[in-house]
Amino acid sequence: MGQPQRVRVKDWHPPGHIRAPHYLRGKTGEIERELGPFANPEELAYGHKASRRRLLRVRFTMGELWGAEAENPADILEAEIYEHWLDPINAT
Amino acid sequence: MPHDHHDHSHETDGLSPSGHPYQPDQDHKITRWQTMEIAMRELLIEKGIITAAEITATVEQMDRRSPADGAKVVARAWVDPAFKARLLENGTEAIRELGVEPGVLKLIAVENTSAVHNVVVCTLCSCYPRNLLGLPPDWYKQRAYRSRVVKTPRKVLSEFGLELPDSVQVRVHDSTADMRYLVVPQRPDGTDGMDETALADLVSRDAMIGVAVARHL
Amino acid sequence: METDKIHRWHDMGGQPAGEINREEHDFALWEKRVDALQVLTSTKGYFTVDGLRRVLEDMGEEAFETMTYYERWVQSVNQNLLEAGAYTIAELAERMEQVQSRGETYGECAGPGE
Repeated sequence: MGQPQRVRVKDWHPPGHIRAPHYLRGKTGEIERELGPFANPEELAYGHKASRRRLLRVRFTMGELWGAEAENPADILEAEIYEHWLDPINAT
Repeated sequence: MPHDHHDHSHETDGLSPSGHPYQPDQDHKITRWQTMEIAMRELLIEKGIITAAEITATVEQMDRRSPADGAKVVARAWVDPAFKARLLENGTEAIRELGVEPGVLKLIAVENTSAVHNVVVCTLCSCYPRNLLGLPPDWYKQRAYRSRVVKTPRKVLSEFGLELPDSVQVRVHDSTADMRYLVVPQRPDGTDGMDETALADLVSRDAMIGVAVARHL
Repeated sequence: METDKIHRWHDMGGQPAGEINREEHDFALWEKRVDALQVLTSTKGYFTVDGLRRVLEDMGEEAFETMTYYERWVQSVNQNLLEAGAYTIAELAERMEQVQSRGETYGECAGPGE
């Protein structure tokens, strides 16, 4: 097993139906698992035949999300994010 | 407008089998929204899009689903380590073994241990494993839980009566897309001799959401 | 600019909020039927749960704060069915008028054969 892939959620703020929560945008986490391709809700919501996008579970630390306000920085939050909302962060 | 959940003055004797007040329905002046429901349903039936029998069957299925289905899955996981491994690996396939038809449900089961406590939320709407747990409780859909549990889960859990030591890592699962989550609580101590049916009785809905733990009664 | 980071009302994670009200209620028959209409028509391809959510979001925060869950749902299901062409506004209007002429309560207006 290699190191988990690190990713940053895009800090996009377009209007419309979006499933990447605001509180995760711009935050860095690591891929917890890959869930495979799913129809893109951003297209389904408007009645279109949607393209399929990879869906990934991303693990964030509470410290990353909330900084000094975190109850316990080592606690974890996991969410499903579509690939087009994620930028890979290359290991140094 | 009849939007106040707290006003049950007309129906103080009318508690449901689960001990909760019914929403105003048959005995109150019909609302615009109820009128719409009837009109939409009749139009869809007349146009052959749905049938009255399908509506009845869907409502009955809704009534049949309950946390007992999820509890059955948890109890099996407690007594059968190989099943638990399959459940944690692929929840959707594993629940079929117990006769729970996943339908559109794509399930991820997450296990509580002495080192990890899991709790589930949907901050964007109210995604919930309805096929396994029935319809979600009101608080799961409301602002307070959805807003707060991702930032201060320990505080929220303490409000539910669950104090977690710092040695336990909290993992919050935000159901943001296609997966639904089942928390497999820890098996309580002192339950070694109990069979699966008795064990299932120890597993509450709240324990499977992660705002409670399973307790030996 | 921070002000460009539109934060929509339904996207609640991490926002300040009050006490959790743990009071629960069971659903009325009309509410379960709204749910069933959504399940059945979306299964048959008229719209998706994403379309349901899109309209609920677009209805705005005031709707969330002042209407019950299924009061909002019935509007969203209707909006999606209209967009899908399942029936027309005139058909709906005519039928709503007819339904209301049947009586005073849901039980009376739901008509015979229920």
